[in-house]
Amino acid sequence: MNFVVTLAAASGAATVGGKGASLGELARAGIPVPPGFVVTVSCFAAAMAAIDPSGDLRARISALDAADLAGIATAAASLRARVVAAPLPDTVMTAIASAYGRLGTGGGAEEIMIDADVAIRSSATMEDSAAASFAGLQDTYLAVAGASSVFDHVRRCWASLYNDESVTYRRRLGLPEDSLGMAVVVQLMVRPRAAGVMFTRSPVSGDRSVVAIEGTWGLGSALVGGDVTPDSFVVSKITGEITGRRLSPKGRIHSFLPNGGGVTVGSAPPALVSEPCLTDDEIRALAETGRRVEAHYGAPQDIEWALLSGDAPAAERIVLLQSRPETVWAARAPAPVAAPKPRPSDHVLSLFGKPR
Amino acid sequence: MTDQQGFPLPSQITDVPGAENWRSMYQYFTRFQPDDDKRFWFYNSMHFPEPMPAFDTITSEIPYQAIGANTARLFVFPTTLGIEHRIVNGRVYITANPVLDPAEIGRRAEVFGPRAGYYFENWDSLYEGWKERVRGLIDEIESIEVPALPEWEDDAVVFESRGVAQNHYLQENFARCLALYSKMWHHHTEMLMLGYGAYVVFFQFCTQAFPEISDQTVARMVAGIDVIMYRPDDELRALARLAVDLAVDDLFVEGCAAADVLTALETRGAAGAQWLDAFAKARDPWFHVSTGDGFYHHHLSWNDDLTVPFTALPGYVAAFRAGAMRDRPTARLVEERDRIANGYRELLPSDDEQAAFDQMLGLCRLVFPFVEDHKFYCEHWFTTRFFQKIKAFGSLLARFGVVAEADDVFHLHHSEVDKALADLSLAWAAGTPPIGGAHFPPIIAERKRMLKVLRDWSPPPALGPVPEALNDPAVRMLWGVTAERIESWLHPDETEMHGVAASAGVVEGIARVLHDVNEIGEIREGEILVCPVTAPSWAPVFGKIKAAVSDIGGAMSHAAIVAREYGMPAVVGTGDATKRIRTGDRIRVDGDRGTVRVLE
Repeated sequence: MNFVVTLAAASGAATVGGKGASLGELARAGIPVPPGFVVTVSCFAAAMAAIDPSGDLRARISALDAADLAGIATAAASLRARVVAAPLPDTVMTAIASAYGRLGTGGGAEEIMIDADVAIRSSATMEDSAAASFAGLQDTYLAVAGASSVFDHVRRCWASLYNDESVTYRRRLGLPEDSLGMAVVVQLMVRPRAAGVMFTRSPVSGDRSVVAIEGTWGLGSALVGGDVTPDSFVVSKITGEITGRRLSPKGRIHSFLPNGGGVTVGSAPPALVSEPCLTDDEIRALAETGRRVEAHYGAPQDIEWALLSGDAPAAERIVLLQSRPETVWAARAPAPVAAPKPRPSDHVLSLFGKPR
Repeated sequence: MTDQQGFPLPSQITDVPGAENWRSMYQYFTRFQPDDDKRFWFYNSMHFPEPMPAFDTITSEIPYQAIGANTARLFVFPTTLGIEHRIVNGRVYITANPVLDPAEIGRRAEVFGPRAGYYFENWDSLYEGWKERVRGLIDEIESIEVPALPEWEDDAVVFESRGVAQNHYLQENFARCLALYSKMWHHHTEMLMLGYGAYVVFFQFCTQAFPEISDQTVARMVAGIDVIMYRPDDELRALARLAVDLAVDDLFVEGCAAADVLTALETRGAAGAQWLDAFAKARDPWFHVSTGDGFYHHHLSWNDDLTVPFTALPGYVAAFRAGAMRDRPTARLVEERDRIANGYRELLPSDDEQAAFDQMLGLCRLVFPFVEDHKFYCEHWFTTRFFQKIKAFGSLLARFGVVAEADDVFHLHHSEVDKALADLSLAWAAGTPPIGGAHFPPIIAERKRMLKVLRDWSPPPALGPVPEALNDPAVRMLWGVTAERIESWLHPDETEMHGVAASAGVVEGIARVLHDVNEIGEIREGEILVCPVTAPSWAPVFGKIKAAVSDIGGAMSHAAIVAREYGMPAVVGTGDATKRIRTGDRIRVDGDRGTVRVLE
């Protein structure tokens, strides 16, 4: 099994995790995603085989009661410490270093090795409905630079599987520890002018004819992390009209500084605070991208997006960081609004005959 | 004026100082009664944006007896009786009279079903018959003779032994004008309330299936493309083109006077004659379009006052010469309408819902031509002819010194005009001056003075307790009175005006506030039109402006429809934009959200 696959080739959640598979599918559908690769579950399996060759450590966790919080805390902390500290098996390290190195060359003719800034995100393999609620329990690390730092963060992603909360959750559901796996997505950092989330149906009303967009200046982490109240927009999928527009003062900004500068969190420049973070063209281009993704999957999506700066048309500056099925409204089955009647005019007769 | 809780009660409205005697202009049956405090009324500023001259109250008196008869007695709408109106300080307030008792609603529904069904089933053929009947009424009103009251009768009266002298026809023919006007209004509402019903059903379906859909989007799916309300404007474009083709276009310059151009054309040989011939053909009937919407005597037709067409013609001539004539893009409009409808249809999750959608949309498109075109026949063609006849009676009264000038007749209620004609009849027969010459002029002078005073009064948008539900079919579609609108009336936003998002887009620009279509010559290229309400005769202005804002109107109002066709942002039904915006203000019109903001 491959230790590493490029995002464009990533498929099969059992190998590359849900996030990796979804990004791969987006890339193959022609939706722009930042270039990157997936550290497959094989790496995790190889690392765990080295850390816990007999499986005893994991068996001990399996034996814990979900209510034994102290026991879980002790066992989980000990395993996490091992996962984070253990050196990677050579084969795994070589595979990751080589894929990471290719990201740094930018594909140019001159093979100048620079340390690429990457985002490292866990990609869980659990595909059942619980995976959705698991998503928040795992981690994303931004602006990681240098191979050794990449190794560290891959290990941290793995270790996050042994968060107290994750372990407790698995114990409560009686999920096995030995078949556990995790892939890790490594993607080039983007330096967005604005970023955020969008739903290809209204999260408020469930209306499938609109795309709801939330965004803020800089990295989307300011929004996802609750550091700012985002601007929000509602766009009609059919007419492209922007039917909702709520601007918020966006006083904080998360910025990515390239070449190892990391992510800074600070006050937004005063001129930007009250300015909408998206132009109407950008709003419509985002909605159109959302619509394409929805059409590809055949179901409403919950999407993380970023918008790069530059003079290119808005549609060419959009990259998607994630897309997953919208779950809240999908779980409801609304009653049909109306059924045909013998004569069209019967609709009028029944409406006007209705007591108010 | 309003408190946190609600609107003032009718009984709390005080007389406007200086016009305390306003009641003398209006009939007793238009006055608020003590029990009216229990009901919700709103100011019908859409149709009656100004204080009512006494004669013009006929445009509320007659329509409301026709509408109410149609809904309450003729089709027997289950949940609604008629609309009542009251006049206070010269302004018309209305309320829809609901039926609340479920048993009564059921009893009415039994009658309503087959009656309404019959009209919907046979809509197109009934509409054809309707056009014939209304054309008949128009022929009749056009043929009514206003007696000339000569010194003595024609020979024919004697030698054909007619036996009846002209003074007899004063009251008879005046009464016929009123009777025809009433009949016209009965036909006006004959199919209209059902038509609105079809709209309401489709709007309701769309907002349930797509909770965030805008009214303007629903309206775009419904809109008919070939409706005659565009004809007057199309005729103007054709005349502009003809002027260029015939090389008489040099006469059509900015600021040209109609009379001068027409005189000059007579000296331009065959080309001039050909243009004048085309002009004469276009005038009847298309120039019978009203410069307003037919609810005031001063809403003249293009034929009454050629200023509007001759203000528009130079612009069209210039545009045609420059190859920049913006024709209505009908093919694109049809394609876009169908694309939008298909887009929403495909999002409906079940075959059943798609089939219901098709039925309701089909019904709307069936009724749309009538709903749009009736205005030209009724409010424009018939009504401008009607007011011309009344004015002719005014000229006669002026000739005999009963009133100072023809237009003064519009300051008398029709029952008073009838009395003045009785007086005139007696006087002409007796060979003496009518006594009215001493009676009416001071009354008219006082009424004119009061109307001026009343003009400055700001009527509350509504009166009385807010009802729990507003579901009269006409109310939501036509007046745009919804729960949200009432909320914004109650809690006005000082910096932003809210209206109906009628046509998408956001623009900023310089406002031009026009109170009357006769002022459209003032508008400059690229300005934003701010007006009380628009009617088809405003169409020429839409080629110049970049956005439109109106006090009155809903998603299906004229300004909304035309703005969507031109693809410019529009916000209608703001309530008071013409009061809060001044010409020269820089404003932002947000046709997506339905807001207007004054920037500086």
